[in-house]
Amino acid sequence: MSTPVVGWTDQVARARLHVVTGKGGTGKTTVAAALALALATGGRRVLLVEVEGRQGIAQLFDTNPLPYEERRIASAPGGGEVRALHVDAEEALLEYFAMFYNLGFAGRTLRRMGAIEFATTLAPGLRDVLLTGKVKETVGRTDDNGRHMYDAVVLDAPPTGRIVKFLDVTKAMAELAKVGPIKGQSDGVVRLLHSGDTAVHLVTLLEEMPVRETIEAVAELDGADLRPGVVFLNRVRPPRLPARSVTPAAGGRVDASRVRNGLTSAGLDLSEEDLDGLVEETVEHAIRVLAEQNAREQIAEVDLPAVELPDVTEGIDTAALYELAEAMVEQGVR
Amino acid sequence: MTEQLDVDSLIDNPDIQVIVCCGSGGVGKTTTAAAIAVRAAERGRKTVVLTIDPARRLAQALGLRELGNTPKEVEVDGFEPDGQLSAMMLDMRRTFDDMVLAHAGEKRAQEVLANPFYKTISSSFSGTQEYMAMEKLGQLAGEGRWDLIVVDTPPSRSALDFLDAPQRMSTALDGRMIRLLSGPARSGGWGIRKVVGAGVMLFAKAVSTIVGGQLLADASAFVQAFDSMFGGFKQRARKTYELLRSSGTSFVVVASPEPDALREASYFVERLASESMPLAGLVINRTHPVLAGLSATKATAAADGLDSRGASPLAAAVLRLHADRVAVRERERRLLARFTKAHPSVPAVSVPAMPSDVHDLPGLRTIGEQLAGTGLPARN
Repeated sequence: MSTPVVGWTDQVARARLHVVTGKGGTGKTTVAAALALALATGGRRVLLVEVEGRQGIAQLFDTNPLPYEERRIASAPGGGEVRALHVDAEEALLEYFAMFYNLGFAGRTLRRMGAIEFATTLAPGLRDVLLTGKVKETVGRTDDNGRHMYDAVVLDAPPTGRIVKFLDVTKAMAELAKVGPIKGQSDGVVRLLHSGDTAVHLVTLLEEMPVRETIEAVAELDGADLRPGVVFLNRVRPPRLPARSVTPAAGGRVDASRVRNGLTSAGLDLSEEDLDGLVEETVEHAIRVLAEQNAREQIAEVDLPAVELPDVTEGIDTAALYELAEAMVEQGVR
Repeated sequence: MTEQLDVDSLIDNPDIQVIVCCGSGGVGKTTTAAAIAVRAAERGRKTVVLTIDPARRLAQALGLRELGNTPKEVEVDGFEPDGQLSAMMLDMRRTFDDMVLAHAGEKRAQEVLANPFYKTISSSFSGTQEYMAMEKLGQLAGEGRWDLIVVDTPPSRSALDFLDAPQRMSTALDGRMIRLLSGPARSGGWGIRKVVGAGVMLFAKAVSTIVGGQLLADASAFVQAFDSMFGGFKQRARKTYELLRSSGTSFVVVASPEPDALREASYFVERLASESMPLAGLVINRTHPVLAGLSATKATAAADGLDSRGASPLAAAVLRLHADRVAVRERERRLLARFTKAHPSVPAVSVPAMPSDVHDLPGLRTIGEQLAGTGLPARN
């Protein structure tokens, strides 16, 4: 099915690095994984990167914990492929050392001593510099023919509260470390993250707090000259009540006798208590629907394209990821 | 069947002086901490709640209009507790500054505060918030003005960070590593150098090149200035850690009925056990109890019947939203069953989702009642 592209603008489609952030609990890892599948649909190769050490990707795809290497994790409709990478800051630092200093054996010893852990905590941000540095390397990597190794890279990034610090720490670092190879690397990362090759997507629920955090994060991204991409409205549930009934019901006015009559005509004979329960559930549902409408209006203020994802009541498994990816593709994700 | 967590017996126990609310980000820790504190104050205890990053309106509900960094008594209309309630928000930078000012000499303190390395470490180091929360808890406990301190923990990705970050921070501030890295030659007396010898030299050189000599020099200057107070600093952190392990402390692990949050809760429960830290139980926030005894299948079939006849759209909608709700509840039950199977002895209590966000005293009271199991009984 092809629908007019509203959610996925040409500008967003041009990005090769898709950073996915969101308030804790909004499902950003799920959205990142589904986005990787959606982008891989039709035969492309996409890398899904995790930097928070949570092994959330492995859990979503129901595989063993990911090592520090890129490995195929799923195939996408139309011959596409998703690979996954769990970036570990210590491993990245050792890799870095190996590249520049041929540290080999001593590296392992130092690791046992905790010196690597120390070095990554010594310079606040060094950890993030290494993580973003690795991400940049995967975005820029080319094969023998000079073609990009990955058509797109999706980063399951830190939550909204830390996202700008995470993405911009490189800049802080570049100012702090005035010379040295890390400075050169930082400059490259800063260029990538602030360019049209990068889009920062925000995942939110239609709830007050996540929406507020999203609005704040967009302002913060704008302020740091980072580019917000789309807002993913996650776990959207169908409104069940007829529109005209919502406001009265939210105010506690549900016509119980009409409900009772309707139930009787459907062959259901419920106790008073159960009927009261249904009415209470209806009131709560209506209050939530109103709150969601409110949240929708507020999120519209950030003036970003939106992509809607349905709530998967049974919980997220690999099959559900494909469903979400399909919903994304239908809304223009490409 | 898992035992019910009894919050009232926890807050009524005069031996309990500290309650720590932990859990991963976004599960409602701050609200839970505030609700426990309000209830404790109303039940007669002199309570202070240390919140980390409250939503603005929740802060306002507690009468906190600005970031004070010192406890302020909560005075809100309609709130006349038998005990007393004070509340504060953690300002990590100020807590750190205050600590430096209090424990270093005037000249040293100014040196430390002006150091670029200090500026970054006190505002953006990943463990600073956790460390400062601990420091503040230690201070509040030391003041002895309250008989119950309720602590909210920073919104980290992992609940474990609250316990681990101070150690990480301590290592970072420990002068040994920095001395080793900034001047291997001078650290000759220290054993590790002999063990790995040339490797360390190379490593030190590499680190210095990577992070830049200036940063290392700043760090080194910072550590030298900080050195005199480091012992006290570390000792206080250790003392707070001991406080967390004492029988006067109780941990309340907060989770939402989501796989990630419950997994974090699981890790945390295991960690508390291995550290011999006292666990009160698990709070599962925002559950969706079903309020009518009608199966989802029956409800959906009846709704389909009504829709096909075009009859009673209201009743059909009510039946469908009920079926949705049963499905949500079933999912929550499955997730919870997984947790209780792994941790059968952990008492738990469910707090049903409020239809809208909680940001006033009555809302906090209602949550308090749910926590104590004295709220409206949830059917099913």
